[in-house]
Amino acid sequence: MAVSAKVPTSTTSIVNETSPWTRRIIKIVSYSLLVGFALLQFIPFIWALSASFKNGAEIQTSLSFPPRFIPNSPTFQNYIDIFTIVPFGTWYLNSFIVAVITTLLTLFFSSTSGYAFARIPFPGRDIIFWAIIGTMAIPGVITIVPIYILLKSLGLTDTMQGLIIPFMVTSFGIFLMRQFFTSIPAELEEAARVDGAGRIRTFVQIVLPLARPALSALTIFTFMGRWNDFLMPLIIIGKSELFTLPLGMSTFRGQYKTDWNLLMSGSILVMIPIVILYIAFQRFFIQGISTTGMK
Amino acid sequence: MAITANKPASVGNTTSLKREKLQDTIAGYMFILPALFFFTIFTVFPILYGAFLALFKINITTIDNRTFVGLDNFPKVWENEDFQLSLLNTARFSLFVVIFQTILALLLAVAVNQKIRGRTFFRTAFFFPSISSSVVISIIFLWVFNKFGILNYILSLVGIDGPVWVDDPKTALNSIMGLNIWTTAGTFMVIYLAALQDIPAQLYEAASVDGATPIQKFFKITVPLLTPTTFFVVTLGIIGTFQVFDQAFVISAGSGGPEKSTLTIVFFIYQQAFRERNGMGVAAAGAVILFVIIFSLTLIQRRFFKTEQNY
Repeated sequence: MAVSAKVPTSTTSIVNETSPWTRRIIKIVSYSLLVGFALLQFIPFIWALSASFKNGAEIQTSLSFPPRFIPNSPTFQNYIDIFTIVPFGTWYLNSFIVAVITTLLTLFFSSTSGYAFARIPFPGRDIIFWAIIGTMAIPGVITIVPIYILLKSLGLTDTMQGLIIPFMVTSFGIFLMRQFFTSIPAELEEAARVDGAGRIRTFVQIVLPLARPALSALTIFTFMGRWNDFLMPLIIIGKSELFTLPLGMSTFRGQYKTDWNLLMSGSILVMIPIVILYIAFQRFFIQGISTTGMK
Repeated sequence: MAITANKPASVGNTTSLKREKLQDTIAGYMFILPALFFFTIFTVFPILYGAFLALFKINITTIDNRTFVGLDNFPKVWENEDFQLSLLNTARFSLFVVIFQTILALLLAVAVNQKIRGRTFFRTAFFFPSISSSVVISIIFLWVFNKFGILNYILSLVGIDGPVWVDDPKTALNSIMGLNIWTTAGTFMVIYLAALQDIPAQLYEAASVDGATPIQKFFKITVPLLTPTTFFVVTLGIIGTFQVFDQAFVISAGSGGPEKSTLTIVFFIYQQAFRERNGMGVAAAGAVILFVIIFSLTLIQRRFFKTEQNY
C-alpha cells in the first residue's frame, strides 16, 4: 500500500494524514490534558514539601488564603524534630530491615523456582505452577484473619520475622521469573551443561547473570511493596519500637493532628528511598508494569 | 525446541534416558521445594484456613478456644448494618473510581502516544504516585483537603467555597475517591500505552484515506482494539477498589467516619476481627463474602466485554 510506505516506522498516531489544522488542535488538546494532569500530580507534593520547611508558628498562620508556597524563614528543624518527638529513626531502620531482607529472600525463592518451572522438566510441574498462579486471583483480604492467627500461634506477632516470612515467596515473583526464563534462549545453558556443568552451577554462573533485568524489576516491586505496606504491620505489630514507617506515620498522624510541618517532613522522608529507587530504575518499573500489568 | 535436557549421548539409550529423567525430577523438585514449602504455609493454607475459620466463633484473646457455629456467621455479616453500609460505600467507591480512572488513563495514554515532546517525562511523572506509600499519600492529601488547603484555595479562585472535605460525611468518601483516581490513573495509563503501541499504524492511515476524523478513529479503531486491555484494567480496578482500606483508615484516623461514611468492606472486616471480642469468625465470613463479590463482578464484567466484542 502506498500509504503505509510513506510512514515505515510504526509510531501509532491519530495525527497521520490529517489536515494541519486538525493536527494542531489534537496537539493542543493533548498538551493541555497532559500539562493539566502533571500540575495536578505535582501540586500536592510541592505543597507538602513547602510545609515541611515551615516553622510551627508559620504553619498555624498559613491556614488562611492565599497559601504561601515559599516559607517565610525556611527551616530544617522539622526534619530534626521528627527524630526526637517519635522514634522515627527506629521506624526507618525497621522498614529498611524488613524491605531489604524480604527482597533478598524473594529474589532467591522466585529465581530458583521460576527457573525450574521454565526449564527443568519434571512430573507435576505445570499443575503446580498453574496452581500457584491461580492463587493470584484470590483477593489478599481473605487471608487477614487466618494469617494473624497463624502468626500468633507461631509466636511471630510483634516480631519483624512476622513481617518478612509471609511475604518472601509470592506468586507474582515466581510468575515474573518464570516468564523471563522462558523468554531467553536455552542454548547457552545447554552448552554449559554439555561441558559438564551441573544444574546448580549452570544456574548460578550462566542463568542468574542473564536474568538481571527481571531480577531488577522484582527487586524494585518487592522493596516498594514491603516499604509501603500498612495492613500487615497494623495487624501484627503493637510495640512502637517495632513499627515500620507507614504504621508509625499513621499513629503519628493520630497524635499530632495539626503539626502539619512535622507530618509533611516525615512524609517526605518516607518517600525519599522510593524516589531514589524510581529515578535509578525507572525503565524497569515501566517495563515491569507493561509486561505483567500489575504491581 | 530443546528445552528438555536430551543430551546427544543418551539418544537411543533407554536406561540413561530414564536416569536423566529421574535426575531432572530430583533437580526440579530441589529447585522448587523451598519456595513451595513456604508458599503452601503462608499463602495456600491461609486461604483454605480462612474459609474454615468462617465457621467458628472465635475469641480474640483465647484464639484456640473456638466454638463451631456452622454457617451462622454468614447471615450475621449479611444482616449487619455496618456491613450493609460498608458494602454500599465500597460499591459507590468502586463504581466512580473505576469509571473515572479508566477513562482518564485511556485519554492520558492516547495523549502521551501522540508525537509529543516530553513523553518520558509525562510517563514518569504520572506513574510516580502509584509507587508512593498509600499512608503518606493520604497524609499529604489530608493537608491538601484542609479547610484552608491548596484545593479549597484553587476552588476559591473560581468562587467556590470549598467544604471541609474529610470532616463532612457528604464529601469524605468522595475525597478518598479523588485521591485514589489521582494515584492509580498513571499506572493504568502505562498499561494502555503499551497496548496502544501494538495497534498497527496502517489502520489509522487507511481510515485517514477514507476520510475518518480523529474522533471517529478514536471510537472506531482505538477503543474497540483496546477492549482486551480495558477488560484487564477494569478487572484490576475492581479488585483493587473493592479492597480499599489504607486510605480510608488514615483519612478517618482509624474510625471509618465521619458517621461511618468511609467505612469500607475491608475496614469492616478489620474492625470485626481486631476491635470486637468475638468477631474473628464473623470477619473471616465477611472476607469470604467479599471474595465472592469480587469474583462474581469479574465474571459479569468478562461476559459484558465478550458480548461487546462480538457485535
